[in-house]
Amino acid sequence: MKKSMKKFVSLLLAAVMVVSVFAFNTVVFADADPDFKIGVILIGDETEGYSTAHINGIKEAAKELGIDEGNIIWKYKVPEDSTAYDSAIDLVGQGCQLVISNSYGHQTYMVQAAMDYPDTTFVSMTGDFAAISGCPNFKNAFTGIYESRYVSGVVAGLKLKELMESGTLTAETQPESFDKDGNVKVGYVGAFSYAEVVSGYTAFFLGIRSVVPNTVMEVKYTNSWFDIDKEGAAAEALIANGAVIIGQHADSTGAPAATQKLLDSGKICYSVGYNIDMLETAPTAALTSATNNWAAYYKHAFETVMNGGELEADWAKGYSEDAVGITPFGESCAEGTAEYIADVEAKLKDGTLHVFDTSTFTVGGEEVTTAPCDLSFMDFTTNPPTAVYEGETVEAIKDGYFAESEFRSAPYFTLRIDGITEDEEAVE
Amino acid sequence: MSNGNTKAKEPFVRIVKRDGTTMGRKIYVRAAAILLALIIDAVFIFSVTGLNPLAVYGVMFNGTFMNSVRFSWALRDLVTLLCIGIALAPAFKMRFWNIGAEGQVLMGGLATALVMVKFGQSMSTPLLFLTMFVTSVAAGALWGFIPAFFKAHWNTNETLFTLMMNYIATSIVACMTNIMRGKATSLGKLNMSTQAGWFPQFMGQRYNINILVVAVLTIVMFLYLKYSKQGYEITVVGESENTARYAGINVKRVAIRTMLISGAICGLAGFLIVAGKDQTISTTSAGGQGFTAIIVAWLAKFNTFYMALISFLLVFLSRGAAEIASAYSLNDFAASIIEGIILFCILGSEFFINYKMIFRGHKEVQ
Repeated sequence: MKKSMKKFVSLLLAAVMVVSVFAFNTVVFADADPDFKIGVILIGDETEGYSTAHINGIKEAAKELGIDEGNIIWKYKVPEDSTAYDSAIDLVGQGCQLVISNSYGHQTYMVQAAMDYPDTTFVSMTGDFAAISGCPNFKNAFTGIYESRYVSGVVAGLKLKELMESGTLTAETQPESFDKDGNVKVGYVGAFSYAEVVSGYTAFFLGIRSVVPNTVMEVKYTNSWFDIDKEGAAAEALIANGAVIIGQHADSTGAPAATQKLLDSGKICYSVGYNIDMLETAPTAALTSATNNWAAYYKHAFETVMNGGELEADWAKGYSEDAVGITPFGESCAEGTAEYIADVEAKLKDGTLHVFDTSTFTVGGEEVTTAPCDLSFMDFTTNPPTAVYEGETVEAIKDGYFAESEFRSAPYFTLRIDGITEDEEAVE
Repeated sequence: MSNGNTKAKEPFVRIVKRDGTTMGRKIYVRAAAILLALIIDAVFIFSVTGLNPLAVYGVMFNGTFMNSVRFSWALRDLVTLLCIGIALAPAFKMRFWNIGAEGQVLMGGLATALVMVKFGQSMSTPLLFLTMFVTSVAAGALWGFIPAFFKAHWNTNETLFTLMMNYIATSIVACMTNIMRGKATSLGKLNMSTQAGWFPQFMGQRYNINILVVAVLTIVMFLYLKYSKQGYEITVVGESENTARYAGINVKRVAIRTMLISGAICGLAGFLIVAGKDQTISTTSAGGQGFTAIIVAWLAKFNTFYMALISFLLVFLSRGAAEIASAYSLNDFAASIIEGIILFCILGSEFFINYKMIFRGHKEVQ
């Protein structure tokens, strides 16, 4: 009798446990509306780094929210033509309440689809006219990548400081690395001279200069987002001109690979990458890379739209929402980098540090006090250029800093600050 | 003399040309080819992805037939491809290897885009469309004329010449789009604010005009090739230049005239792509269709109605492949393999339509 009682109790307990596990599960998954579908329009597929970062971000966000992967419909390799419009319409037809595209050039097609289907939310990542388009269901988003570029610059600055203080890098050991005023030289491989790139290299430069004030930077353009050969050639040319640190805003591993090769041959040069960890390509030359964490936005967007909310026309967050970051430090990083960086990141996060603090840079020898930015979306095919969507001209300088990505998610910092020279000729 | 045993050993298999294949046999061979392709694909799909091949075919079918919108897009893509195919038909029938459709389409498209941008504000709508039409046709015709002129007068190799003209056209388009986009990151849709030069909605869709234009063109080209004197001249020149000369046909004139027509229709295709479909121009506006259209024209033996069928098949396959990639999160290489196997079998079946194989012992393979 007693034995059977024990058995009964244990069975009961087991049953309670099973039920509670079930109940727990239902609580977790009840968040996700099973009818909520997301459509994704990608310029590439998982064989291409930029789209992979988006794919991973979307998958991660969906997983966190308990959205089934079957509720995400992917459109791969969608070019920037009417195919983008077709894909958007098709995704609406398949029941998507949220349609996302990841390439800048998709946006003129996305806005058209948005006008045709006002009940669906369309997000054009990296786009720049949602707020002024007059189309309420069309949105833009970007990350504050300039913040992580600044941090990656600080990492490079610390390395530079260590090299100089230890006597490894001096005007005797590597004379070409110093200009006639004794400034140390760094370099940057940029894709195009767009605001996005200018904003990024300036942030990187200011990061370095926050540690080593007497630094100058040379920028070389490749006129391509992804070109291993050109990026490698640009890095080699910069190092030949004396650059000790090579930053990059281009998508390949060309620059880190070239830097590693030259480091191995006895040059003093290190690389800061972009998007992905470069340690595999450049085990001793790579210090870190600035990265986007797209999942931060996607999670926000999925959650908002799924719960019937309205997304903001522009979203651009950096460290405050963990939307950007840097990859793990390479072995060559200076002693004490981790602690120093943690402090910088904390200051960016709580807003006490501004990347484009006007007291840290000059333009034409003067501190910048005003920077009017016209947010209109221009059609440059006409002469003179005409505004497709009229935007207001805002004063970007406020409270002693240039407020990048606050008036619009897409970057608009285009000041050319002292200490940076852009090469006129792109690398061939 | 030791050739007592002269009876040559019969080869294992002999290939003999068939004359006059019946319609029934043609259909039967092609159906068998498609069936074979589907079986090979099924094996491929199952062994590589582990998916149920029938479900995958269902998805493929959905690429075109899931709803009326998709079907209308398939029709739009079909007419673009068909239009270029129609352009190539007279040239290839004349045995003039016009590999330059890609460039001729791009030049037509670029002309359209430039007119849209330059005169979008200043011209009245009918005049604007007329100018776009005329310049695009002229630009395409010019791109066809140059290699034909060189061929006629200095007997240059038209295959290489037209191919090279593609690269020149692509570079010109790249250069012009770079100038046009100005400080913007990408060119985007042209005339976004005014929509000047965009085809108007017609029965609910802008590209219905494309469909209509190409439908008319299909009939006209069929009649031109089959019943006109010029069409006959093209046939004769294609069969034998010497015969043509003997019959008093001016071969040079026919060659240049035909290439002008071929290039002009390619230019028209560029016009339809830019004004009716993309409303922009880029180096990928023609998207390789200038080459795919060669298959269309050739497989259909220059019969424009068959060409419509072949275009449909190709569009169906590529839309299906894209749909498979999307539905199963496969990258589209897998889908392209499926597409490739089907095309390979269909192209291969032409062999069995035109030739028969006789195995040792006179057993004919049907």
